[in-house]
Amino acid sequence: MSASAPEPLLRVVDLQTWYPIRAGLMRRTVGWVQAATDVSLELQAGRTLALVGESGCGKSTVGRSILCLERPQRGEIFFEGRDLLKQSRAGLREARRHLQIVFQDPMASLDPRMRIGDQIAEGVRSFGIVETEREQRIRIGEMLERVQLDPKSMDRYPHEFSGGQRQRICIARALAVDPKLIVCDESVSALDVSIQAQILNLLLDLQQELGLAYLFITHDLSVVRHLAHEVAVMYLGRIVEQGPTERLFEHPAHPYTRSLLAAIPSIDPARRGSAPPVRGDVPSPSHPPEGCHFHPRCPEVMDRCRRERPELYPVEQGCSRCFLSEPGRSD
Amino acid sequence: MSALLEVDGLRTCFPSSAGALPVVDDVSFSLGRGETLALVGESGSGKSITALSLLRLVPKPGRVTAGAVRLDGRDLLPLSVGEIRRVRGRRIAMIFQEPMTCLNPVLRVGDQVIEAIRLHERVSVSEARERTRTLFVEVGIPDPEERLSAYPHQLSGGLKQRVMIAMALSTRPEMLIADEPTTALDVTVQAQILELLRKLQRERDTAILLITHDLGIVNELADRVAVMYAGRLVEVAPREALFSDPLHPYTQGLLRSIPGLARPGERLPEIPGVVPPPDQWPTGCRFATRCPKRFDPCADIQPEEIEPARERRVWCHEVERMLAIEGAR
Repeated sequence: MSASAPEPLLRVVDLQTWYPIRAGLMRRTVGWVQAATDVSLELQAGRTLALVGESGCGKSTVGRSILCLERPQRGEIFFEGRDLLKQSRAGLREARRHLQIVFQDPMASLDPRMRIGDQIAEGVRSFGIVETEREQRIRIGEMLERVQLDPKSMDRYPHEFSGGQRQRICIARALAVDPKLIVCDESVSALDVSIQAQILNLLLDLQQELGLAYLFITHDLSVVRHLAHEVAVMYLGRIVEQGPTERLFEHPAHPYTRSLLAAIPSIDPARRGSAPPVRGDVPSPSHPPEGCHFHPRCPEVMDRCRRERPELYPVEQGCSRCFLSEPGRSD
Repeated sequence: MSALLEVDGLRTCFPSSAGALPVVDDVSFSLGRGETLALVGESGSGKSITALSLLRLVPKPGRVTAGAVRLDGRDLLPLSVGEIRRVRGRRIAMIFQEPMTCLNPVLRVGDQVIEAIRLHERVSVSEARERTRTLFVEVGIPDPEERLSAYPHQLSGGLKQRVMIAMALSTRPEMLIADEPTTALDVTVQAQILELLRKLQRERDTAILLITHDLGIVNELADRVAVMYAGRLVEVAPREALFSDPLHPYTQGLLRSIPGLARPGERLPEIPGVVPPPDQWPTGCRFATRCPKRFDPCADIQPEEIEPARERRVWCHEVERMLAIEGAR
């Protein structure tokens, strides 16, 4: 490894996570939901990588696999240089300490019968970050302040907070164990726009102060443009395009990325109904189409796309899984 | 030309330990034939309860306590149960965010639409079936003949929403209430459904009352926009005017807090705080607790409706003050 390219904080290599479809008395495997295939990602410390796509594209499966909440069939996941998939139970606990996740629905990830302070304290206690009860309360208070909640509210229960405040509690809980990377799985998608802006600002502030890296999993491209340094677009389990945010939004290489960008409703009064929407629905990941997975919906489909599967070809800043981006093409 | 629908001083209350809470309070707007009016607001703004109030579908113990809802000049609120049922579905149809809550999971979708048609009109099964097939073609369902005998779970979210729209249109209503019709859909499918609604409106001249929290969808579909906050209207304006020159500080804050406009990586201009719960609404302007332009009268005195321009209405002391200064010049 050269000095100019340090080992990234997170490096995912050829990840494959498929779920078996079982049927019959013997629960035999009759097929596979191909949730994520050949996914490779890199994320440097202090940066934000957005993983975007529509439902069923496998973005959440990738996020969960990185946290070892799913068992991938293949691939490597290096976090701080250690392969998480090769760790023992105890090793994984330690290796994963600096890796946290914040989900979409805070009410589902908070225990309704537990004071929020105790929930934030769980990780702190289990990693022995504090020794005494008093230190623990100070630590919880600091975390609540960091997410702009009143430290005095640590003895209250989740239902006493609004949706936005609950998401702050989940972020405080993630922060309490000094993470280096937070996987944000649709963390702002359920929030009203004025509250979403508050949480996005909080995430930006925390990144600046603490040098956090985010893997930001979302279907909302306007949020991506605002927050992410790099974007990976997924479709039916595979990355179809990847690159720096600015390039990807200004010069999308893959027809799917172009369709996705064109489909975002704009709030510019001069722009409406400009692009014809891409046809059809996302096919099932248990029966992905032959050839290029996007070909049944692609406005630029060629004969070849129906038979052959494109690889990820390098494009200017990034890569694209489309024959139109294949090296040596004249156009 | 008179409006198709006129809502006048609508008030809907829910009982609480602190007395009746008006979660919809003094809401007035009109909807012309073939027009799309968007009712926008965040959760708790009362936009959905407003829509349900129009058809007298407010869940108990809520109750419409004041106002009038006139369809072609006839008030719907005093109608008998039998009479309002003939309006629902037939003259005003409704589509919801989650089609699965409206489709019966154990019946074929074709039969459900046929049943809806035969509920309102005396036609034979074969005629209703033929009409359903035509509707399926019109709303862009591929292989319509095959889909008629499909069960809801065999259809994707986008197709289910198309079935819902077909069912809503089956009685040729003059007005469609669409409550977050695309919120549960993926963005590429959402674009298809928005396109479909636009096409149907062009061809059928149906009026649409669009309930949504998404200002992007408002811009895509609406002719006029009514912004709600904490149970009250704060601003009503034509689409272009609202997006290019919003007057109410809440509308301004909402538009600014959408990530699309800010420079990437910079902090977004946020509206501080949260929408207060109904029992803590200020006695004056309900936005007063979060408003950056708040001054003396805002917390105590409710702002009156003012018309700063043709077709524009706004409820704000600050706008009123600025207009007074301009007028004095």
